[in-house]
Amino acid sequence: MASVLEGLGYQVDFPENQTCCGQPAFNSGYRDEARAVARHFIRTFAGYERIVVPSGSCTSMIVHHFAELFRKEPETLERVHALEKRVWEFSTFLTEVAGVEDVGAHLDEVVTFHDGCHALRDLAIHDAPRKLLSRVRGLELREMQPNDECCGFGGTFSVKFAELSGAMARTKLDAILQTGATTVVSLDPSCLMQIQGALSRAGKAVRTMHLAEVLASR
Amino acid sequence: MSVEFDQKAHETLADANLQLAIYTSTGRLKRGRVASVASDVLPDYQELRTQANAIKKHAIDNLDYYLEEFERNVTARGGKVVYCKDATAVADFVLGLAKERGAGLIVKSKSMTTEEVDLNERLEHHGLESVETDLGEYILQLNHEKPYHIVLPALHKTRYDVAEIFTRRLNAPHETVIEKQTALACGVLRDKFLKADIGISGANFLVADSGAIVIIENEGNARLTTTAPRVHIVLAGIEKVIPRARDLATFLKLLARSATGQFLSAYTSFLSGARRPGEIDGPDEFYVVLLDNGRTRLLPDREKRQTLYCIRCGACLNACPVYRKIGGYSFPGVYSGPIGAILTPQFLGVTHEPALPFASSLCGACAEVCPVKIDIPKVLLELRSEVQKAETRDNRNRLERLSFRAFAWLMTHPRLYEMAGRIAAWMAPAGEGKWISSAPPWMNLPPVRAWLSQRDLPPPPAKSFREQWRQRR
Repeated sequence: MASVLEGLGYQVDFPENQTCCGQPAFNSGYRDEARAVARHFIRTFAGYERIVVPSGSCTSMIVHHFAELFRKEPETLERVHALEKRVWEFSTFLTEVAGVEDVGAHLDEVVTFHDGCHALRDLAIHDAPRKLLSRVRGLELREMQPNDECCGFGGTFSVKFAELSGAMARTKLDAILQTGATTVVSLDPSCLMQIQGALSRAGKAVRTMHLAEVLASR
Repeated sequence: MSVEFDQKAHETLADANLQLAIYTSTGRLKRGRVASVASDVLPDYQELRTQANAIKKHAIDNLDYYLEEFERNVTARGGKVVYCKDATAVADFVLGLAKERGAGLIVKSKSMTTEEVDLNERLEHHGLESVETDLGEYILQLNHEKPYHIVLPALHKTRYDVAEIFTRRLNAPHETVIEKQTALACGVLRDKFLKADIGISGANFLVADSGAIVIIENEGNARLTTTAPRVHIVLAGIEKVIPRARDLATFLKLLARSATGQFLSAYTSFLSGARRPGEIDGPDEFYVVLLDNGRTRLLPDREKRQTLYCIRCGACLNACPVYRKIGGYSFPGVYSGPIGAILTPQFLGVTHEPALPFASSLCGACAEVCPVKIDIPKVLLELRSEVQKAETRDNRNRLERLSFRAFAWLMTHPRLYEMAGRIAAWMAPAGEGKWISSAPPWMNLPPVRAWLSQRDLPPPPAKSFREQWRQRR
């Protein structure tokens, strides 16, 4: 992601104090713990013009749920609202802020794209990654059917309801394998971990790549 | 988490025929909905959802006002409104009326609210015969089962299952042709309609400004239930009230589409009051029983109150990847799927089945299809937080709580976080970049075991991102 952004002329920093947005705690019902982590996030990223996030799910946590966490702290809430405007999911940063679709990438692969649920439904990201992929030289995009179903990851859901989560992953795999694609691309590392984990367990040679890895391919 | 939930989910997941039945039926309904709300057939679909949400919000925010208006108008048309606070009160009312009228046979049309209060069982317990007349419900009643789905109660039954049930319970010849099965049920039920003393129905909407109830159905059995017997009793939750008859223009466009993909259901009945002089059909007596049963407990909470907007279309079940895997019986209570996951804990209390709000990947497919725009994932998150508060209070789930405290601590101490990452990478089995399919003994923790029961784990990176970043500078 850093190489792609630098290739477009942006100055990129990785504040080494960063850790997590707090979503695992928030989604598990531990709001005090989530609040502590979110506070750390807000502090760490205070000085940056734009914050580009390689995950739709983390982006959604920051722009939709931070405000909920700090409902009763007017000062922090103000900082959260200022932060919300500066946070961008990677693919939409490219198409909407940088205004590019062709980043000069080259990858000879047949790929299928997995929409992470939070990117798709919370952030309404659908076209941006597809536009970016369509400009990658050598790449053929094949849509899986259905293409809007969850991979079954769901954070702690994946271990609290492992069998169910696994069954959802295998249904996802069927859709992926039917396309004949050799690579699954997504905006979310956690979906990719779930999908790759299931592919690997099923002994399939299909691999997974984050959109940033695809766009950094030359 | 919960043993019972896990056990039922496991049984459903392991049953290949059941998996196919659920997946096929919900898939058909799902595609039907999508086609019926497509922009070329219903261009104002999203505006209708926004309107429906606004009407429901207004009605629930002013519930007392509209219930009183509804009651006044029902009374003015010769009907009677009865308020019941719980299942016992409903049964007592029906039993009392049946006794006064000397009734022995009751016919019922489909109603989730009657399921919620176990009405059949309570009536049968007192020697009354109460017969379900919706085909799906009838099949299940014969087999002593609960509805599997809010709209299609027998969604999990194949025609072969039905043939077996009819043979076993009705001594009918083994018949697998659906039309012939339907004809058989029709024959039995027609007789019941003609002999019944009381008809009990639910209601899709209670219209305040006209004192009418609206019932939507496809089989015509609700029409017979509500008009053939001398007495008609409607049982409906208090949240079913809408302000004006003209609001139906919004809801009727959404309900059947969301439920089954039909533009309108086969029958839409508007019923108000008993038969008036000069009318040729209709009951002599008309009662509307308004049920609380925990509903008013939802009212004080600004966020969770939206649960009461539900019009029971079942679209969230069909869209839900969890429901489509574990089916209806894994859910406690009569309401299954995403709406059940937010209704049941609020009706019965969050500690009744604490696992329930967590049995979701929070994918949001439910909220996307909800015709009244209930933000189900948001309510689930609220309930999760309430579950943890209750568990803390009861001093349960200590290990998990401790883990999340440790998580928060680690995530606010970046140096230690980095070090923890290094330790984890060092502890992971070295596999030359190959994915890990079994854990070494020192990694054999419950979450790792759970993950590995289904999938492989990623190998640790040769170099952490931070190390790569530092070298790059």
